[in-house]
Amino acid sequence: MKSLQTVGILGYGVYVPMYRIKAQEIGRMWKREGRLPIEEKSVVGLDEDTATLAVEASLNALKRAKISGSFIGAIRLGTESKPYAVKPTATIVAEAIGATPRLMAADLEFACKAGTEAIQSCRALVASGIVDYALAIGVDTAQGRPRDELEYTAGCGAAAYVLSKKSHEALAYIEDAVSYVTDTPDFWRRPLEPYPCHAYRFTGKPAYFHHIISAAKLLMEKTGLSPSDFTYAVFHQPNVKFPLTVASILGFKKDQILPGLLVNAIGNTYAASSLIGLAAVLDVAKPGDRILLVSYGSGAGSDAFSIVVQDSIEEKRELAPLVKDYINRKKYIDYATYAFYRKKILV
Amino acid sequence: MSVPRYWRERVTKYRLIGAQCTNCGKSFYPPRKVCPYCGSRDLKEVALPRKGKVISFTVIRVPPAGFELYSPYLIAIVELENGTRVLAQLTDVDLSEVKVGMPVEATFRKYLEHGPSGIIEYGIKFRPVIKGEDK
Ligand SMILES: [Zn+2]
Repeated sequence: MKSLQTVGILGYGVYVPMYRIKAQEIGRMWKREGRLPIEEKSVVGLDEDTATLAVEASLNALKRAKISGSFIGAIRLGTESKPYAVKPTATIVAEAIGATPRLMAADLEFACKAGTEAIQSCRALVASGIVDYALAIGVDTAQGRPRDELEYTAGCGAAAYVLSKKSHEALAYIEDAVSYVTDTPDFWRRPLEPYPCHAYRFTGKPAYFHHIISAAKLLMEKTGLSPSDFTYAVFHQPNVKFPLTVASILGFKKDQILPGLLVNAIGNTYAASSLIGLAAVLDVAKPGDRILLVSYGSGAGSDAFSIVVQDSIEEKRELAPLVKDYINRKKYIDYATYAFYRKKILV
Repeated sequence: MSVPRYWRERVTKYRLIGAQCTNCGKSFYPPRKVCPYCGSRDLKEVALPRKGKVISFTVIRVPPAGFELYSPYLIAIVELENGTRVLAQLTDVDLSEVKVGMPVEATFRKYLEHGPSGIIEYGIKFRPVIKGEDK
């Protein structure tokens, strides 16, 4: 790694659609009793999809990066909810932000890890000097089968990061990163199936917890860092319980993870989940703060990053809407409207 | 719209690219070969400002083919910050909320789908300005 460049985050941006449905309203529909996994989740409007969410987040990231789209040499877009089964979403984004035609562009799929996989890929392209500016996007408009546990949590959102060589203009830099991947069938969707399946009892210990804990420990061993060295930690958030539990197992305190824990307000935004969490932390972080980011994607794997915040965060965060601006922009819909917006009823 | 026509118009529609007349200086959208104000053919493409305000609007209750899903929906004439007027659909706003003078910004949205197996058309619409974009 010695000859490679350290990679900085030049800009970041998010987008969350304005519609919300309360978990309670979904529970009313299915006469569910007992605890609900989250408070409410975000829902796309009729004219929104993965491509439109990704464009909004990318334009916000470019504003903070203070570059035009034409500088972007590569786009990696991580999602499991592509508008087309065959035809890249990344080219739609590239055209809309003015990055075409001289760039690499591709979609990546790795369930909820696809967004951080995009960061890993873009980091490699920048570190090696193959491109100067790369755009990594995590975005999803995932659907859960009606009445399934995932229907309560599957939300919609996007996060985009412009990566370039570390410089004083970067608002943060990636100090180190590791990945931890195994073949674990905890959650999947076969071709032409509208909804995913999951091995319910299997999704916790051998899947989410094993991969996140292993990746986080690998990173801390490699860097010599311990939980107290991090000001904040962000974990993938499929519900409220899992990230809180994994944080406590690893030895992180609640105040380290609450600023980046958004699942109660927007749901599990899949490939965007941990990356919107990171954005919410960058919205409040100070220069010198160190952030641990650990994603999880079913199938299965985790990427863990140590990210150090730099001075330019103070000036750059105001250049685009904050995560809380999107969280506060909301309109509640009932189950019938939700079913219509998510194309669950024929019209 | 045919696939080739959609493809030809994608850049102007995706990025709100208009034309500016080098003779009279006015800009307009969508771009045309002749300036509608002075008749000059000396035009250049420009990225138009993405913010503006609603000048007038109407509710579409009998939509053209492909737009049935959105009915009833709003279309508006939006005056951009440089005075250019754009006719476009409004989104993320209820019929009861829209007002003349309302600040709006361009947003990249889905226009329509050519059925379940055809292409998806995208382009610019306008929505109320999001907090954080209002500086
Ligand atoms: Zn003219």
